[in-house]
Amino acid sequence: MSDFEPVLLARIDRPESHRRSDYEATGGYATLRRALQSMTPEEVRDEVRESNLRGRGGAGFPTGLKWTFLPADHDGPIYFCLNADESEPGTFNNRILMEHDPHQVLEGLILSCFATRSTTAYFYMRYEYPRAWKRINDAVAECYEAGYLGQDILGSGYSLDVVTHRGAAAYICGEETGLIESLEGKRAWPRIKPPFPAVQGAFGMPTVVNNVETVACVKHIVERGADWFKSIGVPADPNDPRDAGSYGPKLYCVSGHVENPCCIEAPLGLTVAELIEDHAGGVWKGRRAKAAIPGGISMGLLTASEFDCPLDFKGPGRYGCLGLGTAAVVVLDETVSMVDFLHNSCRFFAHESCGQCTPCREGTAWSLRLLERIRAGRGRLQDLELLLQIGDSIGIMPGTTICGLADGAAWPIKNAVRKFRSEFEDYIRRTNPDGYDVTDPVPALDWQATTPVP
Amino acid sequence: MPRVLIDGQELELAPDERLNGIQAAARLGIEIPHYCWHPGLSVVASCRMCLVETGKLDAETGEIRMLPKLVPACQTPAIDGTVLVTNSDKVAAARAMVEEDLLLRHPVDCPICDKAGECRLQDYYFEYGHERRRADIKPFHSRKRELGPTVRLFVDRCVMCSRCVRFCREVAGTAELMVRDRGAHEEIDVFEGFPLENELAGNVVDLCPVGALADLPFLYRQRVWFMTPRPHVCAGCATGCSIWVDANQDRIHRLRPRENPNVNQYWMCDEGRHGWEYVHDTARRTRPLRRFDDGTLTPTDWESAEAWIIERFRQARRPVLVLSPTWTVEEAYLAMRWFGDLPGETQFVLGPIPQTGDDLHFPKRRGSAPPASPIFTISAEKCPNRLGVARVVESVTGEAPVEWSEAIERSAWQDVDAVWVAGGQPGTSFGEEDAAALESVPVVVVHALFGGVLDGVAGAVLPDVAFAEREGSYVNRNGWLQSFAPAVRPPAGCRSMGQIMWKWLERHGLYHAEAVLGELARDLAGWAAAAPPVDPLGVALEPTGSSVSAEQSEEVVS
Repeated sequence: MSDFEPVLLARIDRPESHRRSDYEATGGYATLRRALQSMTPEEVRDEVRESNLRGRGGAGFPTGLKWTFLPADHDGPIYFCLNADESEPGTFNNRILMEHDPHQVLEGLILSCFATRSTTAYFYMRYEYPRAWKRINDAVAECYEAGYLGQDILGSGYSLDVVTHRGAAAYICGEETGLIESLEGKRAWPRIKPPFPAVQGAFGMPTVVNNVETVACVKHIVERGADWFKSIGVPADPNDPRDAGSYGPKLYCVSGHVENPCCIEAPLGLTVAELIEDHAGGVWKGRRAKAAIPGGISMGLLTASEFDCPLDFKGPGRYGCLGLGTAAVVVLDETVSMVDFLHNSCRFFAHESCGQCTPCREGTAWSLRLLERIRAGRGRLQDLELLLQIGDSIGIMPGTTICGLADGAAWPIKNAVRKFRSEFEDYIRRTNPDGYDVTDPVPALDWQATTPVP
Repeated sequence: MPRVLIDGQELELAPDERLNGIQAAARLGIEIPHYCWHPGLSVVASCRMCLVETGKLDAETGEIRMLPKLVPACQTPAIDGTVLVTNSDKVAAARAMVEEDLLLRHPVDCPICDKAGECRLQDYYFEYGHERRRADIKPFHSRKRELGPTVRLFVDRCVMCSRCVRFCREVAGTAELMVRDRGAHEEIDVFEGFPLENELAGNVVDLCPVGALADLPFLYRQRVWFMTPRPHVCAGCATGCSIWVDANQDRIHRLRPRENPNVNQYWMCDEGRHGWEYVHDTARRTRPLRRFDDGTLTPTDWESAEAWIIERFRQARRPVLVLSPTWTVEEAYLAMRWFGDLPGETQFVLGPIPQTGDDLHFPKRRGSAPPASPIFTISAEKCPNRLGVARVVESVTGEAPVEWSEAIERSAWQDVDAVWVAGGQPGTSFGEEDAAALESVPVVVVHALFGGVLDGVAGAVLPDVAFAEREGSYVNRNGWLQSFAPAVRPPAGCRSMGQIMWKWLERHGLYHAEAVLGELARDLAGWAAAAPPVDPLGVALEPTGSSVSAEQSEEVVS
């Protein structure tokens, strides 16, 4: 892999990397100019489809395929939503792109809008990124000045407006239909599907929602071609007709208990161990790793013995995790209590559940209360069974919720309790020697009024 | 013909029928429990109580391919080849899970909850829930707050089905209610300074599947299992909503809308819902009165009052019958028969029609433009049967009745020597000028619920019955006829126009509205559609004279 040349992060170390002048000096917007002048939207779309680019936002849905779901002869307008509501814990790759190379994102965005015949793009950014917010807004203004946005872009007859929209700090707004609802000024309750956004999305019109890193990849696919893109990463398994492969470069975020937390670019298929050892300087303070989150907390947990897991779209699934997610690895060292880890995870999801579907609303809150009681020294062994049952029964996969938030809440529970069961049991027996095997219902604690056991 | 397979039973649907899984299963008598879905509101599929297994039947091979995951039946269209399984272990486990979830933070204060007895949470938990509580035991607490003048929210009983929120947005159009906060902290609430006070607000209480929303006039009045619901028709306005009268021992405690796609859908207005208290007012007349020589109205008995009145009307050269728009068509018909047979030349006048403002259409829209196709309308005409009464007069005499305003202006009362007026119902608006017009008439008989301005000119006053005590049929603003039986019995001593006329026409037995309607449908042109038995949802009377019954009209549509 040593011959791999970063493309997405190629420019981020330049001192003025966020300026249009600097971007153009390194060949920026040449691809846009060429595409607008010599390609049809269908050709751009087919190039992306040919590349097998899969969405970088977490679910890994093939981007080109998503674009083909748009109605072919719609009177318009068709909307494009750029999902920059990057709030998966541990994830900061979009932030790097938006802060250090906003024009790359915008060029990809304009190309994607051109391919989907969108006339308005909504740049939906999470509230907590003030610097990226400023840089993107500045970059959009620079694009209007240079004629990359607005009416009749570069004389091609194609017009596009970009509207930047800043969210109000809710995790659920990263779900594509939650994002659309929020954009429309409503409560971000994900919509039931069908109709899918490609048919009826924002403001009732066909809408595409793509991630920031996805459109950045689009720029490079149009520039270098689908074959270049497919030369990187892990090819599709010929024996599995449902495998769309894991092609292209990917931004990996490493954080947690490592010496050098960072965001790096590598071909898909890098293993967790490589990421930690080669790029993040190893586990910090000379300690050993205990576990790692493979791609954002929603994806579950890998134990230290599973670090040979390749980070592609299929890899984490083989190790009992939900998937690649955002490829944001968070490393936990040997001193971390898995009870505390799970408590933190449950607290996050209970706080962020939108509250629409009963199983998620109640399941996430219930698991948090169970964890709080366990940490308060009043846990029971049967609580672990209850946690697993909650984990197994909530989510879009068993079909009990509308969106995937509950799956994300369930996976850390399932992985932590199953992969570290003995630690949980020891904790409960140690902290509640008198009551660990009680099976009758016990009095509840006050809501979030617990103090951890020393 | 589309065929769907539900729990192994086959159901055939009409080609253009669009049903969801819940509706299709209900056709086969299979209940799929649900909270958030309501036929009159949009689908949100959020309560997840109606989860079922679904699959597709291949018509050619007969092979069934099931989906691995559960889906909400409310969001699953019943189209050709749809397979639903509602009785598997997987479905049972999902239902038990939702029930357990909903009780996690529920106060379980059923003994003091108004909804107990008709609560979905109770019913479903009993049927689908776990036998044992696994969640931690929470101390009982139940917060409450007023959302508006008539609706109280019991915050902790809520299951967040969002029906009330959707109702205010989609049907009332006023959007007072919202969901506040997130996740398990969610609550229904109103914006500060914008309470829930639209004209349809009471419907959110009916919609609430649990005891979270309470109607203040009804709250703590009566346990639901003591009440008997009887179908009736609201007499509050010309819309004529189908209703349930929930009464216990002839005492009304609550009115609720009765589903009727041709009239009121699933809704009724608060004015009608709360406008029944007068029925049990102790000021109601219960004895006949007569003005004797000393000039005062004195209580008397029915026999002598009736004898005196019949005598006077038989002697009258120009008797006048003022028909009330609160009468049923049967009452109007019998009255026409008796008064029409008098020796004198009877004149038929339609009593005053109470009007308030303009028709109110829902959903309300910003600005003054009414919605293109209103879901619900509150009529400005505040009486139930103007159309029916006027039509009976027209069918019998061949000409429309004289309007009250016209009758007064003509000041033709000089020659009139006996008048029968039905008044004193709340909403019927006789004023001082009306009473003054009747001053010169020697014999004025007033048939009324309460005392009023007409008492001053009355020679005899008879106690009337209220709407829920009536029996017969009303014709609403759109010419839709609905029949009803009495929901409660009137206080002793009160008699309806139908009962009085039945006796005076010397018919056998007790007043029987259905027999009168049959007679009317047979004898009068244009009333054939009303021939009993009338469909419980009513029939359309065609303005031209030909009319189509509910089923027939559906067939015509399909």
